[in-house]
Amino acid sequence: MLRYLLRRTLVLALSLVVAGLVLFVLLRLLPGDPAAALLSVGADEAQIAAAREQVGSDLPIGQQLLRFLGDLARFDLGKSFVSGSPVLPEIAKRLAVTVPLTLAAFLLALALAVPLGILAAVKANRWTGAALSGLSQLGLAVPVFWIGILLVWIVAVEWRLLPASGFPAKGWADPAAATRGLVLPVVTIALVMGASLLRYVRSATLDVLGADYLRNARAMGSSFSQALLRHGLRNGAAPVISILGIELASTLLGAVVVERVFALPGLGSMLLLGIQQRDYPSVQGVLLVSTLLVLLIGFLADILQRLIDPRLRGADEGEAA
Amino acid sequence: MRRLTFRLGLVLLGLAFAVALTTLVWTPWPVEDMSGGRLAGPSWAHWAGTDRLGRDSLSQVMIGARIALMVGLGATLVGGLIGTVAGVLAGFAQRGLDDALAAALDILIAFPTLLLAMLVVAASETASLGTAILAIGLAMSAIIARLVRVVSKRVLAQDYVTAARCCGAGWLRIVLTHVLPNIAPTLLVALALQFGLAVIAEASLSYLGLGAPPPNASWGQLLQQAQATVYTAPLGVLVPGGALVLLVLAINFVADGLRDLLDDSAEVRE
Repeated sequence: MLRYLLRRTLVLALSLVVAGLVLFVLLRLLPGDPAAALLSVGADEAQIAAAREQVGSDLPIGQQLLRFLGDLARFDLGKSFVSGSPVLPEIAKRLAVTVPLTLAAFLLALALAVPLGILAAVKANRWTGAALSGLSQLGLAVPVFWIGILLVWIVAVEWRLLPASGFPAKGWADPAAATRGLVLPVVTIALVMGASLLRYVRSATLDVLGADYLRNARAMGSSFSQALLRHGLRNGAAPVISILGIELASTLLGAVVVERVFALPGLGSMLLLGIQQRDYPSVQGVLLVSTLLVLLIGFLADILQRLIDPRLRGADEGEAA
Repeated sequence: MRRLTFRLGLVLLGLAFAVALTTLVWTPWPVEDMSGGRLAGPSWAHWAGTDRLGRDSLSQVMIGARIALMVGLGATLVGGLIGTVAGVLAGFAQRGLDDALAAALDILIAFPTLLLAMLVVAASETASLGTAILAIGLAMSAIIARLVRVVSKRVLAQDYVTAARCCGAGWLRIVLTHVLPNIAPTLLVALALQFGLAVIAEASLSYLGLGAPPPNASWGQLLQQAQATVYTAPLGVLVPGGALVLLVLAINFVADGLRDLLDDSAEVRE
């Protein structure tokens, strides 16, 4: 396990470096000079040169790379072209919205999907199972922003129970208002995410139900639910966890659409704004931080999987599927 | 049950294509026609009411079907082509290179389609139908490539491939006569599922304002416009959204049906 941990940490560090380099190259491949974002139409030569010097795009590519890496090592993500304020504190402020949103939605989705997924598998041949499968089919076909709009319409506009959109300007300094602002977005994400998780939980449970060890446990006198809890849960969990990692990562970044529906000042809306305003430092900063988070989640999922299922520890060569 | 949903999916999908083709020559009202009065409810003249500029909603939703199918099919084509080529090449790669490719694909896949698509749109000067297709297709190609890599490795390990190699068959011949025909069923099912996801991705992109520009009434754009007036004119949200859900359900039904028909390797399904 220790060897695996070391190896996996090394892979994590390497992927971080590679991802950073790829981002650097990709952003330099974009057409146009990033300095153009600083200039108005009809800028003269001197202004262009000044802007390029400020952005650093006048340097040769090698020096640009060194500067980029040096800044990264000092956790300096540069300053926004538009507001002029440093990017990193802005990202931190927005993570305070996106991370609670994602985690709460993830936990709610799990709380829905695990029991319902197991139920759908156990009752696969009854109408309960069919209805649950149907619901998850439907959930997969519904775009997340449509659910969001419908929830706003019914819960916020018709019933006036919760705010339709926005997040208090004071942020978490006003915990009640902040929480109220996040309820509908959390439910929106959890419904869509729960639908897709349900399918994975269901198919993992179906695999477990057909397994010999479950039949043996029953033969040894455990009740059905005892056998399922003691043997099934742990065996079924490992494959689901790798899916969970991917789902969590994609929710973190996929929150952009939901943030737009509810006008939340999260990481996704920062990226969207950065793209619309051609604000390169913001876009680059958001992408770097989200890459870091995605890789970290993958790392944790792999470790967790091995903690739960010892059989995987020996088999870290090749496909750990 | 499965057979029933498969048929239902085929009928709905056929209907969507028929509607999309019809809009090329005819819509109930011309799209620019604003004579309907603002945010009117459903009537005999305007079955689904009108939008905030007085344009006929049904005509716009019909055109939206055309855009959804165009972008969905286009992106699936782009993603399928790039993904298959990359996946087969990765399938041939040996240890070190193979590990690197697999890791790179895993990282790419961790990024949601939408984010990659947003980047491609950002990279191009203006958003258009073409950038949407390219963006969603490129994002999809990583998922297809990973699948193709795994499945073609499985084919390459078969004895008949070794036999073909012994007979002096080159790699191109092995790809064309052994790998492609054997991965085709799995690939087709995966592409069908991706088609549905591409339709959702297109709607999301245009909801964010990164899709095809205004004269193209994409469903995502219609929903974005109707969101502000959902209280007075709920149909503006219900009709395009409902159409979108029906189309994606139909595509998923067809994909599931295809899987039952073609693909007997149950473990490779994503």
